[in-house]
Amino acid sequence: MVLIYIDHSEKEIKKSSHEAISYGAAIAKQLGCSAEALLLGTVNDDLTALGKLGASKVHQLNNESLNNFDAKVHASLIATAATNLNAEVIVFAHNINGKAIAPAVAVKLDAGIVTGACSLPDLQNGFEVTKTVFSGKAFAHIKIETPKKVIAINQNSFGIQNFEASATVVEMTLPIPAASVKVTNVNKIIGEIPLTEANLVVSGGRGLKGPENWGILLDLAKALGAATACSRPVSDSDWRPHHEHVGQTGIQIAPNLYIAIGISGAIQHLAGVNRSKTIVVINKDPEAPFFKAADYGVVGDAFEVVPALTAAISKMKHNE
Amino acid sequence: MNILVCISKTPDTTAKIAFTEGNTKFDENGVQWIINPYDEWYSLVRAIEIKEKDPTTNIHLITVGGPEAEPIIRKALALGGDEAIRVNSNSNDSYVIAQQIAAIAKQGSYDLIMTGKETIDYNSACIGSMLSAILDLPYVSLANHLEVNGNTASVQREIEGGEETNEVILPMIISCQKGMAEQRIPNMRGIMAARTKPLKVVEPLATNAHTSIKEFSLPPSKTGVKLIAPDQMDELVKLLKEEAKVI
Repeated sequence: MVLIYIDHSEKEIKKSSHEAISYGAAIAKQLGCSAEALLLGTVNDDLTALGKLGASKVHQLNNESLNNFDAKVHASLIATAATNLNAEVIVFAHNINGKAIAPAVAVKLDAGIVTGACSLPDLQNGFEVTKTVFSGKAFAHIKIETPKKVIAINQNSFGIQNFEASATVVEMTLPIPAASVKVTNVNKIIGEIPLTEANLVVSGGRGLKGPENWGILLDLAKALGAATACSRPVSDSDWRPHHEHVGQTGIQIAPNLYIAIGISGAIQHLAGVNRSKTIVVINKDPEAPFFKAADYGVVGDAFEVVPALTAAISKMKHNE
Repeated sequence: MNILVCISKTPDTTAKIAFTEGNTKFDENGVQWIINPYDEWYSLVRAIEIKEKDPTTNIHLITVGGPEAEPIIRKALALGGDEAIRVNSNSNDSYVIAQQIAAIAKQGSYDLIMTGKETIDYNSACIGSMLSAILDLPYVSLANHLEVNGNTASVQREIEGGEETNEVILPMIISCQKGMAEQRIPNMRGIMAARTKPLKVVEPLATNAHTSIKEFSLPPSKTGVKLIAPDQMDELVKLLKEEAKVI
């Protein structure tokens, strides 16, 4: 059986877990077994609807205290549940919480693990999974040598499937270990799309010349419904907040669309965004290295191009 | 307070990524080695800041690697580690590496075990989480702020679209990222002192790897950028909608 861990926050299942369910269901199909999901805590989502993503059952440990994430407690419960349910493969989203617990679960189950996976397993010579390495600059094909396997799938690398099915919800009871962390404060930026969850991202660099010029970028982001990001020099100069910094030492993202405005495309920046499906580069310097990594490019002055693009997007949305 | 800082050797961020021996090995030819930036800039420097506030703090460094890792350990000692241990193993299996570190951690009484959020070569982000399972300790990952007060740590970690503060009783394991501290350059006094700081080499525990790398490959190169004239933004929108299908 393939068991998929469902990550949630504020009573809502994360998009990355939807994808993990579809990915786990595809592995279950390869192995000829069932795909079942595991939820620790409570959410507002309709759990039977997870059948549409490919889960036949949802095992729920219905306990409010588990809505606070505690890596030690969560890893221990997931490992126990996986053992009780006799899971062969345990799937996580390679997101913030997945990174904190998937390797611990692997240790507890004596299972080999591949994190940052970007393919279905190749079963021809055992069980091989491809993962991104060198910050997206290469792939490694890794064989898991153990009977049990743990895989953490990169966000936005598999997609969401749609089945005509509904899942049965099964309540599970397990003794809950004592909490090892106490959550004392949560600080969420309200009204912004979190960068790691965003499908569309508009990003600015030093080419915008100063924080006072960010209006054109924000207008474009608003027209698209996109999250905003920036390059390292921009966050280092405090033109934009640090949580917007994407790149090797900032956040690594893989949206469907990344629009880079006034960013030259240094190798460290590309390492944070090169897994984006489509890259648009707007830069007045035709020699900017970013154009080599781009799908679409506009050589021109951002102060003219960006408002024109915003207008074109608005026109398209209006006609829809 | 005793801190164990895990240090990994990685290629420089600008290194050319290529493979040899039938694409089974990373091509180390001409590669400049550095301390994994997350280990150095965030985890080690924060440990040093804690020691600056409380000089009774001991900072031990650990790396799992061959003799070629010694220059980066000396650099970490020059920045401010007190002593270092190198486990003489070239494994690239996270489980084997975590077992080596755990074995050393069990011999000391560490209040804090610190790692970077991931290495920039394998990007696995496994070691901290694995250590928490092997040593049965609390773990907070992707931390960008840490204060220690007696036997309690206040750790701020990244969550989707924000931050969360956790209070944890030591000992604990923490993985560090941007925000935790600022990069430092070792000074001459540090470099001189590092030459005589203890660097112990120990042989690895026999542990079976759980995974093996069969092959590396490079992503297909982009087919070439399609240039759109600055006055043709309707065309760009059409391409994004109909060709790329992303909006």
